[in-house]
Amino acid sequence: MNALTKPANAAEARRAARDHIATPRLETPFHPRLSALDAVNDWYNWAGCKAPHALFDEELEYFAIRSTAALFDISPMVKYRIDGPDAERYLNRLTLRDVRKLGVGRVHYTAWCDDDGHVLDDGTLFRLGDQDFRLCCQERHLPWLLDSAFGLAVDIREETEEIAGVALQGPTSYAVLAKAGFSGAERLKPFDIGSFAHDGGTVTVSRTGFTGDLGYELFVPRQAALPLWDRLWTAGADHGIRAIGYAALNRTRIEAGFIVANADFVTAEAALRADRVRLPDEIGLDWLVDPDKPNFNGRRAILDARRNQTLKHVLVGLEIEGNIPAEHAFVYHRGKREAGLVTAAIWSPTAKRNVAIASLDRPYGTRFVDDLWVEIYAMRELKYQKMMKRAKIVPRPFVKLARRTATPPGLR
Amino acid sequence: MQRYDVLVVGGGHNGLVTAGYLQRAGLKVAVLEKNGWVGGAATSRELTPGFLYSNCSYVCSLFRPEIMRDLDLPRHGLQVVAYEGGAVLTRDGDYLASYRDHDSHRREFARYSKRDAEAYERYARDVTRQCRFIQPLLMRTAPDPFGFRPRDIAELVYLARKFGEFSPAEMAQTLRFWTMSISDFLDEYFETDVIKAYLAISGIIGTALGPMSPGTAYVLLHHYMGEVDGSVGAWGYARGGMGAVTQALASSFLAAGGTIRTDAEVARIFSRGGRTTGVVLDSGEEIRANLVVSNADVKRTFLKLVDEADLPEDFVHRVKHFKMRGSSGKVNIALDSLPEFPALPEGSSCIRGDLHFTDSIERMERAYDDWKAGRWSADPMLDTMIPTTLDPTMTSPGRHFMSCFVQYCPPKVEGRDWTDADRTAFAETVVGQIADYSPGFRDRIVHMEVRTPRELEAEVGLTEGNIFQGELTFDQLLFNRPVPGYAQYRSPIAGLYICGSSTHPGGGVMGAPGRNAAMEILRDLKRSPETMSNAHDVI
Repeated sequence: MNALTKPANAAEARRAARDHIATPRLETPFHPRLSALDAVNDWYNWAGCKAPHALFDEELEYFAIRSTAALFDISPMVKYRIDGPDAERYLNRLTLRDVRKLGVGRVHYTAWCDDDGHVLDDGTLFRLGDQDFRLCCQERHLPWLLDSAFGLAVDIREETEEIAGVALQGPTSYAVLAKAGFSGAERLKPFDIGSFAHDGGTVTVSRTGFTGDLGYELFVPRQAALPLWDRLWTAGADHGIRAIGYAALNRTRIEAGFIVANADFVTAEAALRADRVRLPDEIGLDWLVDPDKPNFNGRRAILDARRNQTLKHVLVGLEIEGNIPAEHAFVYHRGKREAGLVTAAIWSPTAKRNVAIASLDRPYGTRFVDDLWVEIYAMRELKYQKMMKRAKIVPRPFVKLARRTATPPGLR
Repeated sequence: MQRYDVLVVGGGHNGLVTAGYLQRAGLKVAVLEKNGWVGGAATSRELTPGFLYSNCSYVCSLFRPEIMRDLDLPRHGLQVVAYEGGAVLTRDGDYLASYRDHDSHRREFARYSKRDAEAYERYARDVTRQCRFIQPLLMRTAPDPFGFRPRDIAELVYLARKFGEFSPAEMAQTLRFWTMSISDFLDEYFETDVIKAYLAISGIIGTALGPMSPGTAYVLLHHYMGEVDGSVGAWGYARGGMGAVTQALASSFLAAGGTIRTDAEVARIFSRGGRTTGVVLDSGEEIRANLVVSNADVKRTFLKLVDEADLPEDFVHRVKHFKMRGSSGKVNIALDSLPEFPALPEGSSCIRGDLHFTDSIERMERAYDDWKAGRWSADPMLDTMIPTTLDPTMTSPGRHFMSCFVQYCPPKVEGRDWTDADRTAFAETVVGQIADYSPGFRDRIVHMEVRTPRELEAEVGLTEGNIFQGELTFDQLLFNRPVPGYAQYRSPIAGLYICGSSTHPGGGVMGAPGRNAAMEILRDLKRSPETMSNAHDVI
């Protein structure tokens, strides 16, 4: 059935939705374009959607992000629409940052916690209007969001499948927008949102992304997805636009030092083991916590942990000698004492450095910051080459690009 | 007169597990089975030509993989095949399906409620946490808080430490879980009737409690802590029906040099001077042994097979008051073709899983109300399966065996014994409910086996027809199962042990009671249980 036909009643809607079982891996609104461009048939399951791991060549796709422009389908990202007179108050109580400081037409990165201060997820909060917000994240939280709204005049709706999203990232991404006729996009500063006419409706464009590069994210109602794609694709022809899969994007996000829920930390609602949950300060999100704003969930636990110095972990950026990625390697102090685990690692083609994100057990990473080592097992022709490599704590991002923040943005 | 080291009374799965371990440990063991076949409540019998039924138990999940390996059951023919989801068919012609695929499962729940669809994650996490706590306890003898042996103290400390790994919030949750009703528990997560009804089924199966009775949340846990090949909570079909489990156990036992005697009903377990000396069969034949292990339930063992005068008064009192309470019946149906369920989507995997027709907790509770009044439920809760959709060995291609577990079904009908007419009417209630959702169902029926608690007691030996050899309520678990002070498979009579589901950790085709009993016996004999693996780690 067409997902857009409004059913007459709940029972009818329920019947109409029965067919879902025919497509356990849902195709995103952009799928017709992705599958036409796909050369290697390398798909994976992203939150129940068919998503490309690579479309033609992971390495070349990476360079499309860093040298020209890349289109990455973000439609499977979980999206909640939150509006109503108390929306700001509600989100201020839910999340760590001060939502009162988030202007209309602005986005901020944030996170939210359970009562014990353990991070439920991180995500981006879009202020589309005074009382109108969109929360984008990795995991699903509808019961939590609804329960948190108790006593507040706010409406919360899951809209993941209704809204198509695409990230346009890379040094020529602005040039593509300009060529596609998004006039005014040059005025968008990082974390700004703009509305542009598209196909009789509007497209919401934010200057955001997961690559640490110049880039934008565009959101439209599902039915407007393909015309939007075509508009960008045509405009991008002379600007080196390529469609990419997650593998390439993941390299750039590690270079940018961004973390991924349930990859770099375990979310509180997913953790089966009581010791796997994390406070914001334990995954590098301490800067989001605003103790001066009105009460928010997890506040007391977070501040208690700070005061009592009971924080157990710390998330750090590592630079590791050599060029063998240290994915999921043990981190040691003095080459002997286990100090933590690498959660993500790559050889960075842009920084020409072997970089990693690691979760360390305090005081390693706080008091003991020197003499850290990682143990790398590299399988080479059915033999492990075991290496102990020196690691140095370095600030994130590993790759900092001036073009990311330049306003007006550059054309190449 | 033949002489054995050990006699096992009853050839159910636990009896055969104990026998298998003891024989492999070098003892001379004989299993004495009253029926002409072994298997107890895990049998596959051909009652009509060309069809094998799983006559009692019908799915496999709880059977411990450690036992399968120790006793080499795969080599003796045991194969457990995972099956796909299932469905509840609703009265309005729709259904709620359950799928193995995580996202399909979520979308199916979302048809009813987006909230419930996303709440399932939290629910599954909480249940899994509890299962992870309990699973390691299955293959350990419960500590005896009345004894002060170092072992019991160590075991109590183990329990306390295990519990101590929980956060205070989880401890609170555990205590609630062990005492709550499944209905109250589900209310904390879900808002949709049919979703709650589907998830509540595991909370009442085999139990004479309604979904609103306290204690049923634990019963759900008991059903969830199984696994199929490392997939926790998964269920599977034993290839060849549940009899394949006991056939493999019997074959393994025989290969190790054991003796099985069928049509050998034990009439009495002897004891002299507080020590057992063997048994006498119905036929009058006496068989001597140093040790006797009873696979029969605790009431049958101590109130029928042992002379009450040989037992301490308080023990007998407690055995008499051990709750059995049959609550279920079983209808096995041979079908000449696959039944159709027009509500289910074309090509749906649901038909290969568990099918149900009770779409609300309230209907379930009303079904229980009938049981309290001493009647079988007019609108029963069925747990039906068609294992032949995945198992080609039970009948010929195109034909099918449908297993219907039926709840509630009382041990006595309004206080009197079951009659054949009752049984026929009971079967009609079941067939009628299925036929409401499956047009032409009656015409496909080739043969039926109908088992009320009367048949379960008479044929299988389950007192009152309780499938767990006693209710799985908190007052009858761990060191209180079956009797405080006797929860370690021993009895007041030296040399007499019990190894059935009446003992810790309870019922289901799990094998853990049988294995733990063998462990205690070997300990008493000062033999090392080197043929026995420890429980797999839960990491």
